[in-house]
Amino acid sequence: MMSGSTILFYLLAALTLTCGLLSVTTRHIFRAAIYVLFALIGIAGLYFWMEYEFIAAVQIVVYVGGIIVLIIFSIFLTQQAGEKLAKPALNRQLFSALAVFCGFALTLLQVFQHDFKAGTEAAVLPTVANIGNNMLNVSESGYALPFEVISILLLAALVGCIVIALRSKPETK
Amino acid sequence: MEPGLYHILFISAALFFIGVYGFFTRRNLITMLMSTELILNSVNLNFIAFNKYLWPGKMDGLFFTVFVIAIAAAEAAVGIAIIINLYRSHQSIDVASAEDLKY
Amino acid sequence: MPNAINIALIPLLPFAGFLLLGLFGKKYFSKTAGLIGTLLLLISCLLAFQTAYEYFFVYGKVNGVYQQFVPLQFVWLQFSKTLSIDMGLMIDPISVVMLVVVTFVSLMVHIYSLGYMKGEARFPVYYSFLGLFSFSMLGLVLATNIFQIYIFWELVGVSSFLLIGFYYEKPSAVAASKKAFIVTRFADLGFLIGILILSYCSNTLSFAELIQRLTTPGSSELQTAAGYSFMGISALTWGAVLVFIGGAGKSAMFPLHIWLPDAMEGPTPVSALIHAATMVVAGVYLVARLFPVFAITTPEVLEGIGWVGAVSAIFAAIIACTQTDIKRVLAYSTMSQIGYMMFALGVSKYGGEEGLGYTASIFHLFTHAMFKALLFLGAGSVIHYVHSNEMKDMGGLRKYLPITHITFLIACLAIAGVPPLAGFFSKEEILLAAYQHNQAIYYIALITSGITAFYMFRLYFNIFWSKPYHPHGEHHGEGVFAMVLPLVLLAAGALFAGFIPFGTLVSSDGKPLESHFHLSFSIAPVALGLAGIFAALVMYKLKNDKPARVSASLGGLYTAAYHKFYIDELYLLITKKVLFNLVGRPAAWFDRNVVDGLVNFTGNVTLSVSEGIKKMQSGKVQQYGIYVLSTVIVLSVLFIYVW
Repeated sequence: MMSGSTILFYLLAALTLTCGLLSVTTRHIFRAAIYVLFALIGIAGLYFWMEYEFIAAVQIVVYVGGIIVLIIFSIFLTQQAGEKLAKPALNRQLFSALAVFCGFALTLLQVFQHDFKAGTEAAVLPTVANIGNNMLNVSESGYALPFEVISILLLAALVGCIVIALRSKPETK
Repeated sequence: MEPGLYHILFISAALFFIGVYGFFTRRNLITMLMSTELILNSVNLNFIAFNKYLWPGKMDGLFFTVFVIAIAAAEAAVGIAIIINLYRSHQSIDVASAEDLKY
Repeated sequence: MPNAINIALIPLLPFAGFLLLGLFGKKYFSKTAGLIGTLLLLISCLLAFQTAYEYFFVYGKVNGVYQQFVPLQFVWLQFSKTLSIDMGLMIDPISVVMLVVVTFVSLMVHIYSLGYMKGEARFPVYYSFLGLFSFSMLGLVLATNIFQIYIFWELVGVSSFLLIGFYYEKPSAVAASKKAFIVTRFADLGFLIGILILSYCSNTLSFAELIQRLTTPGSSELQTAAGYSFMGISALTWGAVLVFIGGAGKSAMFPLHIWLPDAMEGPTPVSALIHAATMVVAGVYLVARLFPVFAITTPEVLEGIGWVGAVSAIFAAIIACTQTDIKRVLAYSTMSQIGYMMFALGVSKYGGEEGLGYTASIFHLFTHAMFKALLFLGAGSVIHYVHSNEMKDMGGLRKYLPITHITFLIACLAIAGVPPLAGFFSKEEILLAAYQHNQAIYYIALITSGITAFYMFRLYFNIFWSKPYHPHGEHHGEGVFAMVLPLVLLAAGALFAGFIPFGTLVSSDGKPLESHFHLSFSIAPVALGLAGIFAALVMYKLKNDKPARVSASLGGLYTAAYHKFYIDELYLLITKKVLFNLVGRPAAWFDRNVVDGLVNFTGNVTLSVSEGIKKMQSGKVQQYGIYVLSTVIVLSVLFIYVW
């Protein structure tokens, strides 16, 4: 008899994959955005199931609440919401499907042939306290440096977005 | 059977290739961006799974995931900016209309 | 002993003249070029005379036989231990005679050109070319080995080309120079192959060794050479024939004579030097140089040479009777006289009395140089006066050009064989040699000498008698002193050269040959000569209609002779119909379609392949993505499963 966690896992997996599939094949752009949203929620659910709550929360806040909202805004900004998307050429679909299937088969073959040895050391629980301690740790296993680098990256992205999206000034004679 | 590492790897591989398929097939730039997000998420799933099942004593996978999420956010923002800029110049965000690098 | 430096200076002085006037003439020597060239050649001529005197009368004879001396020889190009091309100087009877002839006639032409070519725009260029020619001819004459003679042979051809085409604005002159060069070059191909055969068979390039190895019966070279044959004819015969073909081209023997009449487009002093006295006898000189090989080893070739010479002689004589351009008459006369020299060699044997033809040929070469150069320079005088080459513009000039008239008459009497002028003696010896060895050729030669007298005096009477001359425009009298002096000197030669006892100096084997003088034998040729002169007198002294009646009655023969027996047209026909159509056109087709086609094909294939590859760069990012993914999958499969 399958336990509840197993059933939950399969449900979440089904949600994620179905929504992902639908999002890449649907012809309505707004629906695609919503399908992606649900796929991301499914992934957050999987994080919850794996007992990594912090990441699940970050996923929902940043990805779902930030990025997908941004995408929806951009859909409106480029006035795409109403029309149906064009169907891709059959040629393209065929070749992509073929390539993707081959890649998928290869990956699965490699993964299932490999013997993943489970780790044996004592687990470090991913609590917020632990995460915070390790993140801002300047010692050997600390992540202070990547943290600072990421903040610079975010600054650069911010400035870059503004510059790119700035409407060019009209020519002054 | 108790779902373990292999199941999660299966899901992440499937999601990855779904994203790749979407990237190759879609003609709209925004939908291409959405497919890219799917790819990135599959990678995140992989990291967390490896962290939980193979290296429970470390937190590298988790931090990688955090940083990937941050970077994905930044990249999505910049991508949207570019799309908006392209829309302004080409009046369309159809990829086929941006073939300026054609021979 | 021969003085190597003096002898080496003989060709080198004109060469220095060529370089000096060629490089700096226009800038520095435009007025004095003629004097410089003449001075250099005067020294050369004096050195030649000195050499001749010393050779013939001081050191040349050893035990009564004239020896061959090589005062200078050095290796020029070494190919291997046994094969090398040498350059050297050879002194033997015929080369010394040629030295005297070439330098003397060249000096006369240089002096004459001071007056004739005065005011010419390219005066220094002309003298530099004359210097080049003198150098080449003297080098040819002094050659010690067969390759050296070939080198100078080609140089002489080049000088002739440059001088015939001197007036390069005239298309006829350009065409004539091309024709001369192409015909002689074609003959020289045969010459080269002949050189290769002969030197391969005898394992050497040097004349002395070649002759010695190929004429000593039973020598190892002869035995190995006997083993080679091609199409049933032995290798040595081929070699001799091919060498003769080279000589026949240069000496304008039938049928390679077509260039000589056209070569008259050059300035008249050039015609006097090159196409009368010196270059055209190079073929005779070559046969004389290799005479032992021809006479002893391949006597059948020598017989063929005799017939070629005889046919050329009578052929040219007939044509000369019909020509109206005075220079062309003289050109055909030259061809005829060289025919005499050739068949004199052809009927000669080697050694002693039998070798009379050899002596006679060289003797005739010597005297012919005198009177033919005189005839050409005299014709130049006439042309200079009337500004035309055609006989119809002349007549009655004896009052206006007295010195030219007298010297021209002397030359005509000499060539007609009237005693006691030089031509008589040399022709006698030739006819005697022919009579002794080949009666058929003797009769041909006899008839030809009658025709010779006839056409020469036809020329003489048409120029100086015939109709009275009405000078139009401003006219000077006889030319300047520079143009008169050579005429006088050459006339002296024509008068007195016959008395030289040539047989004591030049003979086939070096031993002295007494010249016999058969009075009874001379009656026939002298009578025929006088008859020819009389016929010309009757027909041409006063302008009348007898020539027109005679030519009308001869009908077709006259027309054919007037058109030079259509040999030129035949050559043109062969060239156009056979060579161009059968060889040229297929070769051109092959070149255009196969060779070019191959190159174009590679180009086109590259283009179509690139068109195909070009489609890969479609500008579509997603397509690029598919390519990348597929490649990664393929490579992964390869790396994981195959390697």
